Amino acid sequence: MAAAQELVKTGGRPGVRTVLSDVVVRFAGDSGDGMQLTGLQFTDATAVHGNDLSTFPDFPAEIRAPAGTLFGVSAFQINFGTGEITTPGDALDVLVAMNPAALRTNLADLGSGGLLIVDTGAFGAKNLRKAGYDRNPLENGELSEHRRIEVDITRHVQEAVAEFGLTHKQAVRCKNMWVLGLLMWLYGRDREPTVDGLSTKFAHLPAIRNANIAALNAGHAFGETAELPGETGPYEVPPRRDTKPGLYRNVNGTEAMGFGLLAASRLSELPITFASYPITPASNLLHALAARKEFGVTTFQAEDEMAAVCAAIGASWAGGLGVTSSSGPGIALKTEAITYAATVELPLIVINTQRAGPSTGMPTKAEQSDLYQAVFGRAADVPLPVLAAASPAECFDVAVEAARIATRYMTPVIVLSDAYLANASEPWRIPDVSGYEPFPPSFRTDPEGFHPYLRDPDTLARPWVRPGTPGLEHRVGGIEKGYDTGDISYDPDNHQRMTDVRTARIDGIAESIPDQGLEAGEAGAPLAVVGWGSTWGAIHQAVRRVRAEGLDVAHVHVRHLWPLPRNLGALLRSFGSVLVPEMNKGQLLRLLRSEYLIDADGLSKVAGRPFRVNELEAEIRGRAEARS
Amino acid sequence: MSASVSAPVRTPAAAPASASTPASTGSVPAPTAKDFASDQEVRWCPGCGDYAILKTIQQLMPELGVPRERVVFISGIGCAARFPYYMDTYGMHTIHGRAPAFATGVKLANPELDVWLVTGDGDGLSIGGNHLLHLLRRNVDVKVLLFNNEAYGLTKGQYSPTSREGTRTPSTPEGSVDHPVSPLAFALGAGARFIGRGIDTVRPRLAGVVRRAHAHRGASFIEIFQNCPVYNDGAFAGFTARDRAAAAQIEVRDGEPLRFGRNGEMGLRLDPRRLRLEVVEPGRDGVADEEVCVHDETNRVLAQLLIAMEPPDFPVATGVIHCAPAPEYVEAVAAQRERVRAERGGAGDLDALLRSGHTWRV
Ligand code: SF4
Repeated sequence: MAAAQELVKTGGRPGVRTVLSDVVVRFAGDSGDGMQLTGLQFTDATAVHGNDLSTFPDFPAEIRAPAGTLFGVSAFQINFGTGEITTPGDALDVLVAMNPAALRTNLADLGSGGLLIVDTGAFGAKNLRKAGYDRNPLENGELSEHRRIEVDITRHVQEAVAEFGLTHKQAVRCKNMWVLGLLMWLYGRDREPTVDGLSTKFAHLPAIRNANIAALNAGHAFGETAELPGETGPYEVPPRRDTKPGLYRNVNGTEAMGFGLLAASRLSELPITFASYPITPASNLLHALAARKEFGVTTFQAEDEMAAVCAAIGASWAGGLGVTSSSGPGIALKTEAITYAATVELPLIVINTQRAGPSTGMPTKAEQSDLYQAVFGRAADVPLPVLAAASPAECFDVAVEAARIATRYMTPVIVLSDAYLANASEPWRIPDVSGYEPFPPSFRTDPEGFHPYLRDPDTLARPWVRPGTPGLEHRVGGIEKGYDTGDISYDPDNHQRMTDVRTARIDGIAESIPDQGLEAGEAGAPLAVVGWGSTWGAIHQAVRRVRAEGLDVAHVHVRHLWPLPRNLGALLRSFGSVLVPEMNKGQLLRLLRSEYLIDADGLSKVAGRPFRVNELEAEIRGRAEARS
Repeated sequence: MSASVSAPVRTPAAAPASASTPASTGSVPAPTAKDFASDQEVRWCPGCGDYAILKTIQQLMPELGVPRERVVFISGIGCAARFPYYMDTYGMHTIHGRAPAFATGVKLANPELDVWLVTGDGDGLSIGGNHLLHLLRRNVDVKVLLFNNEAYGLTKGQYSPTSREGTRTPSTPEGSVDHPVSPLAFALGAGARFIGRGIDTVRPRLAGVVRRAHAHRGASFIEIFQNCPVYNDGAFAGFTARDRAAAAQIEVRDGEPLRFGRNGEMGLRLDPRRLRLEVVEPGRDGVADEEVCVHDETNRVLAQLLIAMEPPDFPVATGVIHCAPAPEYVEAVAAQRERVRAERGGAGDLDALLRSGHTWRV
């Protein structure tokens, strides 16, 4: 057996690294090429280097797509830089294409002059045909506007790992580590944590471990020694200087939401019953919580969407905190039960990881088209609070806030995330949960004067009673209830009163949420860009850029979508004009217009992918210049 | 076949006593049937079979010995679903068909509760069929009482999934053409470990089945033939009418021969070549007493044969038809959680979790 492979450090070529402020890299390959893993490893190394970053994985909807096909391409994108990074980036600076299909599906995103790294070993006739190429694009000059590193990675890797006695298949699977090694050389990343990680991961498979490390070293050495085109590398992207001190980790929206629910459980002192039915892209939250049983969370994979929400409501009625999660079509199925929870006035958290619709639509792609559903989508007149996270890490705080509102006001709360937030990741300053205000509910235990619908004068919430409490036996149901007693009532005046109080209770939540602030700019600006949900990152960058040019543009991001912050109307009226970019056909736009009778324009994008900073920037600049 | 499978049986909090002499619990006056009746005006039609069932349950409650505050009745939508309003216990009148899902959530969050589910043939087997299936297969510790009146009452008399072929109703003026579902066959197919059957007005027998269901740990399912005098009067008269009952019903009892008739003169024998039951008269035509099958409630195959019996050729089986306990769902969930906690060194530490994996300090 060969000796254990170690990190190989060489002197490398002399010379200085060219300094860059930010870079966008996409790793693209076949589903089996390990691009997600490569991306995550590069992300970790980049975080350690001190850059700010944002990542987004893009994997095929098909589970085991045939090798080499266009729809089997799996990609991972990272944007990292010296300044603040809030999106995975627009045009690519570097595209790694591990086969012809990856090249074909990703080439359009590579900026002109961008660096293309291809594995020529995967450009055989069969793969070219599967990708729909008549002729080899590496040979006919169509890639001439790009700098290219065309190398037979397959052969290089086979040579590098020859001594470890792997099968051909096992050897070729180390290709991703070779690419990682090359990228690490290009951007001066420390390979040591990666080597440590590989050693742990393959502790019981020494040959595989050694081969992966050897491939990593070989890719790195290639960068140091080979002749690279043009001015290519090596580069330095200096660490971000203004990062708030603290302990950091990377987190995607799904992880943050899961952590947030666990924190909500601790802060409310309520065990969580998380009931869900599998649906893309929401299922990962079920998986994340199912793996955390030690926190007392009970996960229930129900027989369907209706059962999931009903079980969650049952859990809340029984004195726990019921949570259900789905995506738009699943939320539609849950609607009747959500309405029931609204009328029996029980806490419930409903998480909608929105995807591109309608119907099955594009399950792995992002959209913000369920805002109407969240705010209005119920039979009858019963409003519910709606919150939306602006970034992956913010899902943590949104989950906590949802639990606070649900338990304080005895109401279902709808939380909007989306397929982008769920999968995108960013560095997260790990919060100190002990610094959060706990909100344990006070369960009613006193039978004296008890009625199930007697309301708290401040919140208008009815008492929460744990079944098992002697003397408070009572019934709840969907039939209209007498104002205090909760007894069945068909009295017309009572129905008016109950409908009014249900509305007033939800409207009153506005008293306990922060006033609407500004992300950038000030009230009275000639132009304000108003967003919600996952578009925050792109809007933030676009507004920052035009403001750097001296244009007076404000950015308002609405996190509490219902009830809206008390000052929002006045704030919006102060602006000369309002632009509302959304990944839908103008849902917040109409909501704001109808609530505040303001003039506002929309900017709609429903392409299954987030706004690019450039396209927003161009739109905002055009409008701002026209106004100044 | 063994009738001696040891079954984990729930120990009631108080010793069972007969309905007429409630258990005494010292200085606190023992609850009576009245204590389980709520102050709500009962709104079923006069003569509805639901009244008899309500009375039976209210009278049985004190005997079961569960403190009132731990008793929960959950229902969906329909005439039967009004049941929880009339019980002075905790109760949830939920939405159409979904009561099994609510009940599962209630049990998951609060396993101490004694959960009952009241449903009808439309609520439980049409819109809620899927949920009922999964409650039974998971074996959640819930007692399901399905009031079967072979009709939709609350929506004014349409045919239901248990209505017999040819049933004429406002929605089937020419008679229904679809085949009915057998509630007990459905339940058994779903994996129910306890199935029983009763008749609304035959109250002591119904109470006996419900008592057994309560003692069973896991999902229990009872079909109750319930007369709807308004929309389907006399649907079960063919075997419930006083003059026919003895010959048209058989009350099965574990370990006892399957005999019926006014004086037990009839019996059920297995025809092994055709694998079916046949009605015989022991002592006549050379049929010996020993040839009559003995009921074994743990035998699922026998349960299938008994469920399939229909008039006029066969008597309708009532009583505890099948009881074969298996691990209960909520207990299994809790056991898994405790095992994970033991493996991971106790209750989860959130701060440690947030700081796990790859972290770096700025
Ligand atoms: S409609 Fe039938 S089942 Fe419903 S309450 Fe009246 S009699 Fe009873």
